[in-house]
Amino acid sequence: MAASNYLLARCGVVEPTSLAEYASHGGLAGLRRALEIGPARVVEEVTTSGLVGRGGAAFPTGRKWAGLAAAAAPKYVICNADESEPGTFKDRKLMEEDPFAILEAMVIAGFAVGANTGYVYIRGEYPLATRRIERAAAALREQGWLGPSVGGSGFAFDVEVRRGGGAYICGEETALMNSIEGRRGEPRSKPPFPTERGLFSRPTLINNVETLANVPLIVARGGEWFSSIGVPGLVGPKLFCLSGHVKRPGVYEVPGGAPLRELLEEHAGGVVGPDFQAVLLGGAAGTYVTPEQFDTPLDYQSLRAIGGSIGSGAIIAFNTTVDIWDMVRRFAEFFAEESCGQCVPCRVGTVRQVEVLHRLDASMRREGDRELLVDIGQAMTSASICGLGQTAAAQVLSALDRFPLPVGAHR
Amino acid sequence: MTDALISVTVDGQDVRVGPGVTLLTAIAQAGINTPTLCYDPVMRPVNVCRVCVVELQGSRALVPACSRIAENGMQVLTDSPRVRQARRVVLELLGSSVDTSTAPDLRRFSVDYEAHPERFGDVQRVEQPVRADDNELYVRDYGKCILCYKCVQACGEEAQFTFAIGVAGRGFEAHIDTGYDAPLPESPCVYCGNCVAVCPTGALMGRKEWDLRNENAWKPEEQTIEDTICPYCGVGCGLRVTAQDERVVKVESPRDHPVTRGFLCVKGRFGYDFVNRRP
Repeated sequence: MAASNYLLARCGVVEPTSLAEYASHGGLAGLRRALEIGPARVVEEVTTSGLVGRGGAAFPTGRKWAGLAAAAAPKYVICNADESEPGTFKDRKLMEEDPFAILEAMVIAGFAVGANTGYVYIRGEYPLATRRIERAAAALREQGWLGPSVGGSGFAFDVEVRRGGGAYICGEETALMNSIEGRRGEPRSKPPFPTERGLFSRPTLINNVETLANVPLIVARGGEWFSSIGVPGLVGPKLFCLSGHVKRPGVYEVPGGAPLRELLEEHAGGVVGPDFQAVLLGGAAGTYVTPEQFDTPLDYQSLRAIGGSIGSGAIIAFNTTVDIWDMVRRFAEFFAEESCGQCVPCRVGTVRQVEVLHRLDASMRREGDRELLVDIGQAMTSASICGLGQTAAAQVLSALDRFPLPVGAHR
Repeated sequence: MTDALISVTVDGQDVRVGPGVTLLTAIAQAGINTPTLCYDPVMRPVNVCRVCVVELQGSRALVPACSRIAENGMQVLTDSPRVRQARRVVLELLGSSVDTSTAPDLRRFSVDYEAHPERFGDVQRVEQPVRADDNELYVRDYGKCILCYKCVQACGEEAQFTFAIGVAGRGFEAHIDTGYDAPLPESPCVYCGNCVAVCPTGALMGRKEWDLRNENAWKPEEQTIEDTICPYCGVGCGLRVTAQDERVVKVESPRDHPVTRGFLCVKGRFGYDFVNRRP
């Protein structure tokens, strides 16, 4: 079993409220080195590392940082901790069990790109994570690692914690910024991208929790070291959230490129019940992967070849007893519920999808319903404003590809 | 100055536009019409209706022509199968949700793109009570609303700065709201009617037009339209007055009027009853 234990090294090991324990387990090493080597070299290390964003879009982190470093001040750093993708709970674990690492990463990010203010936008349904982050911020402030002169360096940086109000859409980076600004949580049109015009219309660096969790490691040990972990298609350690019909659901860390089967069988202990029927990879916005594809390495290129994506890192397993079309409909209902309503393809398309999926069993199905789902799905994917609408049909289209339509009444 | 121009290829045609110009303008310059519903030339684009989407080489998703700024070397397709498919489905999604009987543009585009909203079958529609009686000046029939945001923009930062309305609710339940659905007289509304002026579907309609339509007595073919100047204050707003049976039935301002850009105040837009009161 390929072990990788960097991101989760302190989870369940240290007392998450103790800055002293954090520091004695490698904490703050990244920040100390950052202050030594200066902002430009920090950006260099992150670029060298080959780290790409772990929120789902897989954008090269170093390129994002370099772009922001070149932008005019004032600028902001945001930690996107609005983890709301169904089946995804890795950021929660990091914040609850290793909160100092996330804040350390934000200070490093602020230092590297020249921002003095950071926001942690935490999902409203994560009260413990919120408390842990708030406590960690207070402890860092008390010890001078947050405030007017970080570690005595003269660099000023502090963070503000904001709680989400329960909307999935606010995990979309620009909707999140609207939410912080007190506006309706609706995505903005891109371009301009946040690095150019983000929070309060200023250049903004926004990174996901897991992305940031890699940063102190990269800066402490060097980008070269980091890039030696994993495979070219996914460099570095990666967290996956296993749930559903597996014996040991939970968050597991593997080097990039570990096969899906290893996570299911070795880490999560194999199937509960008869046999695996499929997994939904990447969360509700992901795609179904069936057992004959379980040897696929979990990296961006290999998955693209089978029409899949790592997405949020969720792996939801279904055994053969599951009515897959029932699951498809329920995930479709999730999107109809969570669409913000701004653009037509998503606002109406998510509802029309659900309506067709409701009548999908053979007794009610209308001729052409399959084509109708494809038609709606394609338009949603092509024409929606943001990632929600553009991916809300992915699991429907992927199910149509992989599973026969129900033959009898399915419920 | 030639080198300041931006070169864009539209359906194979080379077009040169000035900096900061949208693809919509570049496409128009190529002599190609683009359907739009939420776009209004005098307001900032919100790009929510998605009927103006075009294929941009190098972009995974289609992009809205109304708001995307042209960049040098962009290659745009406005009539590819993918563009036509997206536009058709968007029009079908709208047509299956709302009453389009007073939305001429939406109906025309639906014909152009061979949209068949009925193929979705028995579907959920936007059902909202008609708000006809809380004021004497205009009617709100949100069963016709496509949520183009134009009224919100006109009421807010793009014209009136009154902010009486906003979007409330989420997903299919998203709707235009005065704030807890307060009757208009209890809202900050100043009855300028600029929301009515920009509404593309007749969801917002002057009371007189609404009444005449309901009595089946709205007769565009018998109407005369005259341009004049508002008699009230010294600003001199341009008015376009529609009369039927020698009675004023509607007052607008031309959208291309240099002073008003189509926006008026409550007096100009609704204060015309005295004209109809002749001895």
